[in-house]
Amino acid sequence: MHHSIRTYCKLPVLLLILFLLPHPSFAAVNNEQFTEGITILIKGNFKEKRLAIQQIATSDDSRAKVLLQALLAGNLYRVKKDNRLVYADIDGGKARIETVLTAEDLGLIKKRKLKKITINNSLRGYLKTSLARIDLRDPDSTIRLQAVSLLIVSLTPEDSILLSELLLTETDSKVREELATARDIATLRSKDRQTILTALGNLRGNLDPAVRNEVSTLLAQDNLDESLRKEALAVQRSIQSKVSFFGLVEKLFFGLSLGSVLVLAAIGLAITFGVIGVINMAHGELIMLGAYTTYVIQQLMPGYIGLALFLSIPAAFLVSGITGIIIERSVIRFLYGRPLETLLATFGISLILQQTVRSIFSPLNRSVATPAWMSGSIQINPILSLTTNRITILIFSLLVFAGLYLLLRKSSLGLQVRAVSQNRAMARAMGVQAAKVDALTFGLGSGIAGIAGVALAQLTNVGPNLGQAYIIDSFMVVVFGGVGNLWGTLIGGLTLGVANKFIEPWAGAVLAKIIILIFIILFIQKRPQGLFPQKGRAAE
Amino acid sequence: MKTKLLTATLGCALSIGSIFGAQALAADTIKVGVLHSLSGTMAISETTLKDTMLMLIEEQNKKGGLLGKQLEAVVIDPASDWPLFAEKARELIEKEKVASVFGCWTSVSRKSVLPVFEELNSLLFYPVQYEGEESSKNVFYTGAAPNQQAIPAVNYLMNDMQVKRWVLAGTDYVYPRTTNKILEAYLKSKGVADADIMINYTPFGHSDWQSIVSDIKKFGSEGKKTAVVSTINGDANVPFYKELGNQGITADTIPVIAFSVGEEELSGIDTRPLVGHLAAWNYFMSVDNEVNDSFIENWQTFIKSETRVTNDPMEAHYIGFSMWVKAVEKAGTTDSDAVQQAIIGVTVPNLSGGYSAMMPNHHITKPVLIGEIQEDGQFEVVWQTSGMVVGDAWSDYLEGSKDLISDWRSPLSCGNFNVKTGECSGSK
Repeated sequence: MHHSIRTYCKLPVLLLILFLLPHPSFAAVNNEQFTEGITILIKGNFKEKRLAIQQIATSDDSRAKVLLQALLAGNLYRVKKDNRLVYADIDGGKARIETVLTAEDLGLIKKRKLKKITINNSLRGYLKTSLARIDLRDPDSTIRLQAVSLLIVSLTPEDSILLSELLLTETDSKVREELATARDIATLRSKDRQTILTALGNLRGNLDPAVRNEVSTLLAQDNLDESLRKEALAVQRSIQSKVSFFGLVEKLFFGLSLGSVLVLAAIGLAITFGVIGVINMAHGELIMLGAYTTYVIQQLMPGYIGLALFLSIPAAFLVSGITGIIIERSVIRFLYGRPLETLLATFGISLILQQTVRSIFSPLNRSVATPAWMSGSIQINPILSLTTNRITILIFSLLVFAGLYLLLRKSSLGLQVRAVSQNRAMARAMGVQAAKVDALTFGLGSGIAGIAGVALAQLTNVGPNLGQAYIIDSFMVVVFGGVGNLWGTLIGGLTLGVANKFIEPWAGAVLAKIIILIFIILFIQKRPQGLFPQKGRAAE
Repeated sequence: MKTKLLTATLGCALSIGSIFGAQALAADTIKVGVLHSLSGTMAISETTLKDTMLMLIEEQNKKGGLLGKQLEAVVIDPASDWPLFAEKARELIEKEKVASVFGCWTSVSRKSVLPVFEELNSLLFYPVQYEGEESSKNVFYTGAAPNQQAIPAVNYLMNDMQVKRWVLAGTDYVYPRTTNKILEAYLKSKGVADADIMINYTPFGHSDWQSIVSDIKKFGSEGKKTAVVSTINGDANVPFYKELGNQGITADTIPVIAFSVGEEELSGIDTRPLVGHLAAWNYFMSVDNEVNDSFIENWQTFIKSETRVTNDPMEAHYIGFSMWVKAVEKAGTTDSDAVQQAIIGVTVPNLSGGYSAMMPNHHITKPVLIGEIQEDGQFEVVWQTSGMVVGDAWSDYLEGSKDLISDWRSPLSCGNFNVKTGECSGSK
């Protein structure tokens, strides 16, 4: 039973429970309001359940919080036979249950004998605020902070007294700050001119969305005092300038993160297309294979999502890389110097790979789990938060770029690759096995595509069509950046990403893509060799 | 050598779908066409419907077939290629001589095959919710019209959840555009201001939702209760919902109600951050009644997997197929004209615990259910209409369409009869 509790309540509550359990007499104290609430909860419809929640939340009963948390988490059931309210820890078709009223462990029961106590959206919101009011006095400061931020949007003028009271005893500086904001917002709704003026002064430059809304409501009043209006307008302006600055920062981040995805998808192509000049239409499918590898590895090691993700990186590199080498040895090497045939043949290969995956894994999308450290976001301030998965992928793509760059610059394979790409005949004369280098280069590019698949599996669908969505974008980046130049791909990808995100707000997602395409067409007209032209064989 | 390889490649990709089509049986059977994409982008949704049809036909054959003959499925893969739908439909009707066709998913594929069915006077059963504004003599719409899904959903948000601001987000094609036009007109008729409606379109398969979700967040943090009405299609939903979760938008702050997200789509997502977001359909797998239980059991046995889910378009095919069977039995023949006359008024049990009837406008009656996403990827019904809702071919909220009615019974026999001018324009 303790397991199930641990899933939905924080440590202090657990301590509270542990403290309560050895004293059954205390837990069984009969609080009438609490038991009445429970009776309504079992029988009622959604409207009545709301009343029940209110009764339970204000009952001051020590069991209230755990009960409400269980209701929110969906762990609260009633036994169909005797209508007893229980906490249930469900495992397959069986459930371990414990009564709510007496904390008595009833052991295992078939899941079918239980009926869930359901809630809907408005109840969910109501539960959260009810819990927040209880949490305002929680010993843990982070829980108190969450509670205040949750309540800040639904304050009533009477709350300012409660909040001032709490402020007197609050020790944590962050919570104090949030409490003060909440108090000031609540004060704005009062009638006294002087207190409103002080509150407005305190709220200058405060970024909380609730502040903005409250100030606009204040300004919308018809018979507003002139000095108050002036002060309120000043507050609004101070907030607005900050908002537009952080809006710009946010857009830049969105752009860079979109750009980093483009770079990841394109960088493998930059090698196969850029260095050995193969127009590989199956590049997208090599990305898809990487994504499916991630899925398979996750299936093989359930319970180790994070570790599976790390193992997927080399595995996807190998799977896509080997597939790439097979494609190169069996098809592409016969077609060097004939771009049109290569294009058609690789397009055929892409169809074969798609249909193969569709036959093996079914056409349905597969779900790849995201490790906990990659979900959610980092809150910089109330209006700017950066999502963790995007930050991780931004860093990851820079690492892949750096690794690849070092490989091409510092290793002997890199030296041979560069030699073959600059002058094939000369390189062969110097003893470089050009055919082997071609295969390895193609394998390297394909492997990198596989790694991109690992990252993309975290962002989008893992399905047979995954690759198609990225193939055009990849070619766009490579051509824009300059064929055969890694730096070009990096700068090109990031530029296109940022440009896209700055155009999107006023043009919409559909038009933004079109504008970018037109821009690239015009750019290629003026500068066919791209941002960073390559010197050597490809340039001739 | 190279050209051979290429031909082999393309040939291989193209022929996979037509293998089924090749097994023509010489015996005396009634052929039923199944026109769903088994490859390409729409394969994700349509493959399941093909399997559903195979199951329904197999069950009917076990019951002794139809008119004393066995039914034979003719499956053809139009490969998510809209013009190819028309070609394959023609092949089914002219070459395979099927009695009726069950198929299509996207509106554009339906629009592509429509002239073929009208020209050759054959029957199409279309199982997906769509934008309305259409009524053909040869098509039976067993999915929801906007008044059987979108309008009740908006009413629920407005009345039960006190939503005051609206984000209409959709994929950029005909279904979301028309639905949103109807919804916008409806919301304005209810007194919602322009500033409280935000409309946003994205391309198919859109995967970078960062700025749009951030805009929705800003739009929703201005003090009024906000909801997103999503007509986002297929694949794009997964990254959309992921981004919502990551940016901390939960169902109790800004709920999202979706018209294209069902059990099947959710089976590809981690649903924990989505708990409480909504969907409006005419059927949910979680609906608790005996007909549905046995349907689910038959489906899972047929597909040999206990984890496969059922969804709304599958139910639409279930209803459509039973209606066709009943109409053929009533008419005593599979002749198109006779079945068209016989099927109007046919009533069959649906899977939500009631009965659906085919109306004179070729749409059917259905209940409307609103469900909240649960942790296990299923929906919990939180609201439903008290009775059946009649599908409306022509929306009452659009200029130019509100005066139109459709009635395929003689003597009117018209798909778009203007009640003001008293004229039948277009298709007869």
